Amino acid sequence: MSKVHVVTSVNGEPREMLCEPQQSLLEVLRDELGMTGTKEGCATGDCGACSVMIDGRLVCSCLMLGVEAQGVDITTIEGIAEGSTLHPVQRKFLEHAALQCGICTPGFIVATKALLDRNPDPDETTIRYWLAGNLCRCTGYDKIIRAVQDAAAELAHEA
Amino acid sequence: MEAYAYARPTTLDEAVSLLAAHAKEGRRTQLLAGGTDVLVQMRSVDREPRTLVDVKHIADTNRLDISSDPVFIGSAIPSAILNENEELKSLFPGLIEAADLIGSTQIQGRATIGGNLCNSSPAGDTIPAIIAASGVCVIAGSGGTRRVACEDFLTGVGTNVLEADELLVGLEFPRPQGRTADGYLRFIPRTEMDIAVAGAGVALTLDDDGTCTAARVAIGAVAPTALLVPAAADALIGTKVDDEALSAAGAACTAASSPITDKRGTIEYRNKVVAVLCRRAGANARDRALAR
Repeated sequence: MSKVHVVTSVNGEPREMLCEPQQSLLEVLRDELGMTGTKEGCATGDCGACSVMIDGRLVCSCLMLGVEAQGVDITTIEGIAEGSTLHPVQRKFLEHAALQCGICTPGFIVATKALLDRNPDPDETTIRYWLAGNLCRCTGYDKIIRAVQDAAAELAHEA
Repeated sequence: MEAYAYARPTTLDEAVSLLAAHAKEGRRTQLLAGGTDVLVQMRSVDREPRTLVDVKHIADTNRLDISSDPVFIGSAIPSAILNENEELKSLFPGLIEAADLIGSTQIQGRATIGGNLCNSSPAGDTIPAIIAASGVCVIAGSGGTRRVACEDFLTGVGTNVLEADELLVGLEFPRPQGRTADGYLRFIPRTEMDIAVAGAGVALTLDDDGTCTAARVAIGAVAPTALLVPAAADALIGTKVDDEALSAAGAACTAASSPITDKRGTIEYRNKVVAVLCRRAGANARDRALAR
């Protein structure tokens, strides 16, 4: 099996990796780069646990090949905080207890960041539709929605 | 067994040569656009190693030409880009509502309407909308470029007219003139993230007094392929697209359907719902055309 040399950028850092052609970006992130913050849920694009941003656009890393990451900018959950300072979205998820088991949380945080990057003041319907591709079996979603709203308010206040 | 390989051609010529060379050697290729169906299939129903030919790095498949006639949508453009385009949404509200129904934010960041068409599922949501809007497939191959009407592109469940040395470059749509508009509706048991039980796309042209002068009606998830239903269009042409005409068009859709019973719905249910969707999508298209 011949591996493909891929040059990419992960959270602003240039990275090189060797990918098997059929390996998903999720597998490459976790198994080749050791970045295990991005989670595997369904591996079929239904649950959103593996959400990352590619050139600022939200995608499921299980539905993208590692080899397709050549030359793109990848943002993962590890790139959301600034050093040891949590991003307001992360802090609000904690404050609102918007998680229990936590497997879906990295995906929700990345998806929320992608939403607020393009729409700083989304209404509840917009938030719910935007996050429809992220599944959570613990919270019932309501606390997640409140955390997103509160994070949006704080970010608007900061701006 | 052969191993997986990955190729990213940067021109149509390169892509076609690669496809042709593989075909000649009896090696299997797989066209890869957004990958939201292909990657799932690679891990479930179809694990046979093959050469993945990524079509996303070719200028022609990334071309989006909205101000021209015909309008051109390249096969590698993710639906999120189409859904965010206000001009496209205003030209083809039905096509864009179909694209916007498929999958989550994450899926729309990768999935393409060209891929939806080439995957050729009976339930692909954009397919009836493309057919209704008179979409034409632009296909590149060893013999040059050919054009195939979308309704003639599909040959069965998961199959289409693409030869082993061909790829879909994009879709051409005649630019809607005057009071022309389209609409698409599907039925699913929830409001988001599901596969159509039935779907209907309608495109209409009205004259100054609101009489329908041209129509295209297409249905999905009720036959092995999405279908153009000329009898439904005939029921609308020459009318004001009132309830009576829409009912006749709906009945023509039911008559054209040959659905199966599965976990999403029964034959009887699909036959009934496809008529309802045709009536409602037709009324939406009519109201949009009247507003132009």
